[in-house]
Amino acid sequence: MSRRLSQGGRLIDRSRTFHFTVDGRRYGGFAGDTLASALLASNRTLMGRSFKYHRPRGVVSSGAEEPNALFGLGTGDRFEPNQRATMTELYPDLTALSQNRWPNLEQDLGGLISRAARVLPAGFYYKTFLRPRVFWKHVYEPVIRALAGLGHAPAEKDADRYEHFNVTVDVLIVGGGVAGLQAARRAGAAGLRVLLVEQTAQWGGRAPVDGAVIEGKPADAWITGVLSELQSMPNVHMRPRTMGAGVYDHGYALVYERVTDHVSGAQGPRHRLWRVRAGRILTTTGALERPLSFAGNDLPGVMLAGAVRDYVVNHAVTPGERVLVVTNNDDAYRTALALSEAGVTVPAIVDARPGGGGALAEAARSAGLRVLTGTAIAGLSGKRHVTGAALCLQDGTGEVTEQIACDTVAMSGGWSPVVHLWSHCGGKLTWDVDEVMFRPDPNRPPTGADGRGFVEAAGAANGYLATADILGDADRAARAVTEALGRSLDDAPALQAEREETAPIRAVWTMPEKAPVKLREKMWLDYQNDVKVSDVALAAQEGFESVEHAKRYTTLGMATDQGKLSNINGLAILADTLGAEIPAVGTTTFRPPYTPISIGSVAGEARGDLFQPIRRTPLHHLHEAAGAVFEPVGHWRRPYVFPRDGETVAQAVEREILTVRHKVGLLDASTLGKIIVKGPDAGRFVDMIYTNKMSTLKVGRCRYGLMCSENGFLMDDGVVARLDEQTFLCHTTSGGADHIHAHMEDWLQTEWWDWQVYVANVTEQYAQIAVAGPKAREVLETVGGMDVSKDAMAFMDWADGALAGIPVRVFRISFSGELSYEIAVPASRGEALWQALRSAGETHGIAPYGTEALHVLRAEKGLIMIGDETDGTVVPQDLGLDWAISKKKDDFIGMRGQQRRELSRPDRWKLVGLETLSGGVLPDGAYAVEEGRNANGQRNVQGRVTSTYRSPTLGRGIAMGLVRNGPDRMGEVLDFPGTDGVVHRARIVSPAFYDPEGERQNV
Amino acid sequence: MSDVATPLADASFDGFVSVSEAPRTGMISLRGDLSDTALREVCGAVTGAAFPASRGASLDGSHGVLWMAPDEVLLLVAPGSVPDSLDRIGTALSDRHHLAVDVTDARALISVDGLGVRDVLAKLTPADVSPGNFGPGELRRTRFAQVAAAFWMPTEDSARVICFRSVATYVFDLLCHAAAPGGEVGYYR
Repeated sequence: MSRRLSQGGRLIDRSRTFHFTVDGRRYGGFAGDTLASALLASNRTLMGRSFKYHRPRGVVSSGAEEPNALFGLGTGDRFEPNQRATMTELYPDLTALSQNRWPNLEQDLGGLISRAARVLPAGFYYKTFLRPRVFWKHVYEPVIRALAGLGHAPAEKDADRYEHFNVTVDVLIVGGGVAGLQAARRAGAAGLRVLLVEQTAQWGGRAPVDGAVIEGKPADAWITGVLSELQSMPNVHMRPRTMGAGVYDHGYALVYERVTDHVSGAQGPRHRLWRVRAGRILTTTGALERPLSFAGNDLPGVMLAGAVRDYVVNHAVTPGERVLVVTNNDDAYRTALALSEAGVTVPAIVDARPGGGGALAEAARSAGLRVLTGTAIAGLSGKRHVTGAALCLQDGTGEVTEQIACDTVAMSGGWSPVVHLWSHCGGKLTWDVDEVMFRPDPNRPPTGADGRGFVEAAGAANGYLATADILGDADRAARAVTEALGRSLDDAPALQAEREETAPIRAVWTMPEKAPVKLREKMWLDYQNDVKVSDVALAAQEGFESVEHAKRYTTLGMATDQGKLSNINGLAILADTLGAEIPAVGTTTFRPPYTPISIGSVAGEARGDLFQPIRRTPLHHLHEAAGAVFEPVGHWRRPYVFPRDGETVAQAVEREILTVRHKVGLLDASTLGKIIVKGPDAGRFVDMIYTNKMSTLKVGRCRYGLMCSENGFLMDDGVVARLDEQTFLCHTTSGGADHIHAHMEDWLQTEWWDWQVYVANVTEQYAQIAVAGPKAREVLETVGGMDVSKDAMAFMDWADGALAGIPVRVFRISFSGELSYEIAVPASRGEALWQALRSAGETHGIAPYGTEALHVLRAEKGLIMIGDETDGTVVPQDLGLDWAISKKKDDFIGMRGQQRRELSRPDRWKLVGLETLSGGVLPDGAYAVEEGRNANGQRNVQGRVTSTYRSPTLGRGIAMGLVRNGPDRMGEVLDFPGTDGVVHRARIVSPAFYDPEGERQNV
Repeated sequence: MSDVATPLADASFDGFVSVSEAPRTGMISLRGDLSDTALREVCGAVTGAAFPASRGASLDGSHGVLWMAPDEVLLLVAPGSVPDSLDRIGTALSDRHHLAVDVTDARALISVDGLGVRDVLAKLTPADVSPGNFGPGELRRTRFAQVAAAFWMPTEDSARVICFRSVATYVFDLLCHAAAPGGEVGYYR
């Protein structure tokens, strides 16, 4: 059984007991435990079920690489699936649920699949569920999805808050083991700005557990000393519980801090995603131990040797009473010694190497432990937990030589440097035959803008396993980074660390080496996805020879752990099957994040009200109070309509239109773009920007103008007012202000940099209010302060003045066809003017109107709307706007584009009005069909609807559309098939449906 | 004037630093030749502050000159003195190509005050706000989360953030989120 040892535990505090719940059952643990160590201490070794076969799974590691011990943590709006028990610090009242089991973890019906495992090899789904085809969607997939999969998605909205944090540093050091600490100390002493992050809560990494002795001191003491040294350096920042998640171009890195995961009921943000801009990135990310592939190696009770040692030393937990150690390298002997010291029986150390180990093996023998060399595990006994091991010769085929009773197997297949962050941005690896590992190739680092490497690996992450080598490599890397950043580093004597004489590792990819298929079918490579040695071999045989193909065919290295334990073993098997060298097969791509990070941290503050910036006009709060229905226009929210009690939206729109036509309406036009263009060359500039001749505009007058892209397509439109000889005020569409401002700056900065013109976007300086309708003048006269009579202010005039004591600029322009004034007022006074106009208009029946009424009013007049009548493929000539294109100018932006044959073709689709024969409303976007079919068998078309409304003014449906040769075909009737199956028939008419002479606005 | 509405209606929030709408400040955007003595002099005359270096914020109390671009400064003046200041600039630069416009109402100005102000800024802007690279006397034009913003530090423990009026609520809410209790980072000590 697994249990708590009576003594020891360098991380736990036995005076503080925490209670926690798993699957409704209460357990106890100590402060400093992880969920995994606390469960092991409570003799709970079954921690999950595998993805495909629902095999029972126990914890296999003690860290970030854990594939098995995954739980759903928390409840309700704080539930999160697939959390690794090994990385979950225990806190009071922690609540966890096991995953991928039904009805419960002990009696999982899905486990029946396991019995069929032999007939479910790699590619089984692809081969089996092909026919009948409709079955995949309706039968196979739903059943498979119900059975497979790990945790369930949260059902409630996340209650926690998240945030980002931006820092710029000289060096980001990822990994707070002794290499990271030493490198930080050196880089810090050189005066660099250093950020050192460590994914766990503890500093120092494996060194204390492994018994390192540095400068004559036990590792713990050395670490404490270095930590206080680092804390005294103002230029060094350290963060525990913070993982280097990803490395990106130009020294950008994402770093994931778990701020309050380890505390219950904390006030702060749960996770903080650091966006680090670093001059150099130093990865001291350590190494991960590899499993060994022997039959039955997925049984609960089989663990990594280093993890067993961690639990014993860090948490005073032994995973079993009789722990068999199996290895191909010296490091696992440390586990045997640690167990033995803790009083746990180690029945034997099974070493695959004929020559056995070095000094540590000697120490084990001296401690009275039995060492079997050249030996392997032939198989394990036990159904839901290890009960014994059968041994055999490593170089044989698996004939059993001995049976050993044990309840735990501690295995070590060697160590793989954590090269993920080195590789994220293109760092290459080299295969080290002697050390049996991929390590970073220092000649092929990820390179930055200067062509030099910006990531440096050091310590175990760089392939060094002995403490003395690790510290020496950290010094080297710190120096390299410091000098790359143009600083110098004083020479410091190399640190002294004890070093044992070691025997070389032996590459062991299966146990025994010549294992027959019967054994290979029971050797698990990937615990999470149930991929076995036989599956990878089968993939290779079936032609999935690329490591990337084999991964996808077998699912090796997929899901939450991304093959941290399985990748190297898997590709070694692939290489072996293909008869290729391991480096020729290569690794799959390492992609960020290193381990899964929360979606909340990625979103940061951008959720709820902060999901997207909402632009509000100075009158926005008044519209909200008035119950307006809003619509998005760019990032603005504009009132679509102001419904009154008992009104439908359609009724309210009709009322607002009729109010403007018969009385007077108020429109918040503040979102209209307002760009000042000023300078001696301003006239020349606006002549280039607009298709019209703008430079001839007289001070005090307004003119409607069009702006085209270089290609000649209509881009934006609006009214230009000339403020003085050198100054124009250009109005743009609501959505176009920023874009047009940038367009102007672009031309001024890159093409006409010698023209004396400045532009300024003053859109938000003003609230702009349109007063439109036959009573508009009376309302302004009631407000008082300016002469707005026809004589004083003719159509298309503007004037500065004051209304109700508020400074204003009034433009007599109209987008509705009615008598209309648009009044610009400083934004801070917008509310005051709006209220004054409403009061003054009360007796005239004034009412605010929204964008839908605005649209219908302009359509009744046949006025185009950018984005309705235009879509980026329409030139002004298509819209009958030839009058707005100057023939007198030598050039304007878009002029040459419009001369291209396609854009000047005589049979282009052109703007017309459309009137249904029935009086109904044409469907928006409907196409006018004609005879015949095109090459794709579709009906030929000759036009389409661009705007369509019910006009309450005319009491019928009106529409605008683009029709081939439209203006020459007045009176023709076209067919518009709707998506409702009805063919709508409409007659081509002039688009000016209402008051075509413009008499109403010119009063 | 009671009918003058500020973008945030004097909103304020107390977190581990406080966030509040700053008193209404007159703002003039001035574009021109920043090396021109006449331009520099008139900036000093209307603000009482020295002319800043590139990326600088030169302040005399709540008035000052903010460097916005190689050909643009933002002048901070008393709200009531904007028309007079525009007149003085127009007169001083009458024979020079320039553009001066009132942008008082186009912007919102937010104060962030208290220890930890740099941490709050760093949650929202990618600009380097570390003491060696940024501090009183400096200005950054950058972004806060998804919108454009500029900021400067009147003192070591306070910042002023300027943004477009239409997104004042968004930026204010961002700052409140960043300053909410429990969110102390303790990075900038």
